Amino acid sequence: MTLLDFARGPGLQISFIILMFGVSWRLAGTVLQRYSIDNSPGRHQSTVIDSLRTMVVRSMPVHQFEKHIKLQHYSGYLWHIGLFTSVLMFAPHIQLFKSVLGFGWPALPNSVILICASLAIAILLGLTIRRLTHPVHRLISTADDYISVFLTVFALLTGILAYSHLGLRYELMLAIHLLSAEALIIWFPFGKLIHTLMIFPSRYQIGATYGHRGVKA
Amino acid sequence: MGDKRSLGDLLFSQGVSRRGFMKYCATLTSLMALPPAMISRVAMALEQARRPSVIWLSFQECTGCTESLTRAHAPTIESLIFDAISLDYHHTLQAAAGDAAESARLSAMQENKGSYLLVVDGSIPLGNAGFSTIAGVSNVDMLRETAKDAAAIIAVGSCAAFGGLPHAKPNPTGAVSVEEVITDKPIINIPGCPPIPIVISGVLAHYLTFGTIPELDSLKRPIVFYGQTIHDRCYRRPFYDKGQYAETFDDEGARKGWCLYKLGCKGPLTYNACATLKWNAGTSFPIGSGHGCLGCSEPNFWDKGSFYAPVSVGQWGSREALFAAAAGGAVLGLGSALAVHRRQKKAAREEKESAS
Ligand code: SF4
Repeated sequence: MTLLDFARGPGLQISFIILMFGVSWRLAGTVLQRYSIDNSPGRHQSTVIDSLRTMVVRSMPVHQFEKHIKLQHYSGYLWHIGLFTSVLMFAPHIQLFKSVLGFGWPALPNSVILICASLAIAILLGLTIRRLTHPVHRLISTADDYISVFLTVFALLTGILAYSHLGLRYELMLAIHLLSAEALIIWFPFGKLIHTLMIFPSRYQIGATYGHRGVKA
Repeated sequence: MGDKRSLGDLLFSQGVSRRGFMKYCATLTSLMALPPAMISRVAMALEQARRPSVIWLSFQECTGCTESLTRAHAPTIESLIFDAISLDYHHTLQAAAGDAAESARLSAMQENKGSYLLVVDGSIPLGNAGFSTIAGVSNVDMLRETAKDAAAIIAVGSCAAFGGLPHAKPNPTGAVSVEEVITDKPIINIPGCPPIPIVISGVLAHYLTFGTIPELDSLKRPIVFYGQTIHDRCYRRPFYDKGQYAETFDDEGARKGWCLYKLGCKGPLTYNACATLKWNAGTSFPIGSGHGCLGCSEPNFWDKGSFYAPVSVGQWGSREALFAAAAGGAVLGLGSALAVHRRQKKAAREEKESAS
C-alpha cells in the first residue's frame, strides 16, 4: 500500500470516524451539562432578539477598543473567508463532500481558490507573528492555538503545492496534503477548532443569559 | 538467429537509403528526448549495432501487449523483427510450434548466452504451478530458466511490470510481477494496459543503439516516457485550471472538451506518455476520445476504487460507520455529563450538610 493509498483509504476512514466521535462527544457533553441554577429573579424576560443581538454585537469589534483591534478583527474575517472558500469551493473538495453527503454545489475557478488559500496563509502567519510578539496575546495563547495554526497552515500549504505540482512528485504531495488534512480533522473536536461549531450557539446562549439579567452586551 | 551482420549492413542490403536511415535516426533521437546534436551519434551507433537475440515469453496475459506492438507505426514490427532485432521466440508471432518452438528458445539461449534480451508480458502465477504452463513447464520455472543468461529483461505491460489484472484482489492465482521473481538482472518495466507501441519499440531501439538500458524511475520505468503525468501534458489542462469540468459523458462540458476530472480521470496520478505520443499513429488517446484516464500504467490500478470516482474521492468508509461513531461519542458525552451532575449534586449536598 502506497502512502497515497493509505491517505485515500484507511487514513480517511479513521479521521472521519474520530471526527464524528469527537464532535458528538463534545456537543453532547456541552448540551447535557448541568447549568448552574440562577437564583436571582430575572430582570427581564429574555427573548430571541436578545440572543440574536448578542450574536451580532459579538461579531463586531468592541466599540471602545475598535481603534486598536480593527486590523486584527477584520483580518480575522478575511482569513476565515479565505479558508472556507478554499475548503468548500474547490472542485476536488466538493467531489469528496458529494461522495459523503450525497450532494454537491458549484465550484469556484481554481485561480480564485489559489488566491484565497494564499491569502489565508499570509494572514494567518501575520496574525501568528502578532500573537507571538504581543505580550497580552502571547500570555493568553496556549499550545492548542499553535497546534491549530500549524495544522491549518500545513494543510493549506500542501494543498497549494499539490495543486500547482510544485515540490515533490504529485502523488506524494497529494498524500501529504491528505494526511495533513486528516490530522486537522482528527484534531478538530479536541482543540479550539471546535469553535467552528460552538461559536454561534454559545453567543446565543450568552445573549439569553444576559437578556435574563437585563444586561445589554 | 545467429546473424552477425551489423544493423547498418542489414538495412542497406535491404535497400534502405542513407537518407531514409538518417530520417529514422532523427525520429528515434527525438523519441528518446535526446538533443538533435545526438542524431549523428545515434546513426553511427545504430549502423554498427549487432542484432540482439530477443526471446519473448508470454505468461498470464491477454495478448493485448503484442497486439499493441504489432500496430506500432514507427519503427514497425516488421522493421523490428526483420531488420533490427532477431525475435527468436514469441508464442503468438512465431510459425514454429510444440517441440520445434521450445528448441528454438533453448538454442537461442545457448547461442547468445549472456547477451540476449528477454521480453516478458503477463504475470507469473505462484499459487499453483499448474495455473499456467507452456509445454508442461510452469511460468515461474520458464522465467527463471530463461532469465538466467539474459543480458536484461523488459517487462512489457502492467501484468509483467506490476502483476496487473491477474494480481487484482483477491489474486486467485497468486500472480506476481517479473521483478518479484527475478532479482539479479537489469529489469526495465514498460507498464500500460497495454503500453504505447512506440514506447515498447523505443526502448528496444534504445538498447539497440546504445547497448544500455535507458534511465529509469523508482518503478523501473524509462523516465523519458514515464517522467511526466498525463495531467502534465493533457490538452484539457486549461479547463482543469479554470475549473471547467464535464459532469457527464454527454453534457455541454463534455461536448466542449472540458476536463474529465469529475468523471474519474486518473491523469493527475498517472505517469505515461499517452498525452504526447498518443495511439494509432498519433491519432488520439483515451482522454482525446472523451474518456478519463484509467491510470493503467500505475501499480494496482484495478484496486484503487471506481474508475469513475474523482481522484479526490477517497474510500472514506460507510455512513453506518460514521453514525455508529457519532452515537458512541454521544453516549460518552452523556456519560460524562451524568458524572458531572453526580459530582455537583454530591458537592451541593455536602455544602448543605456542613451549613446545617
Ligand atoms: S482530463 Fe484528466 S488529465 Fe486532462 S486535465 Fe483533466 S484531470 Fe487532467
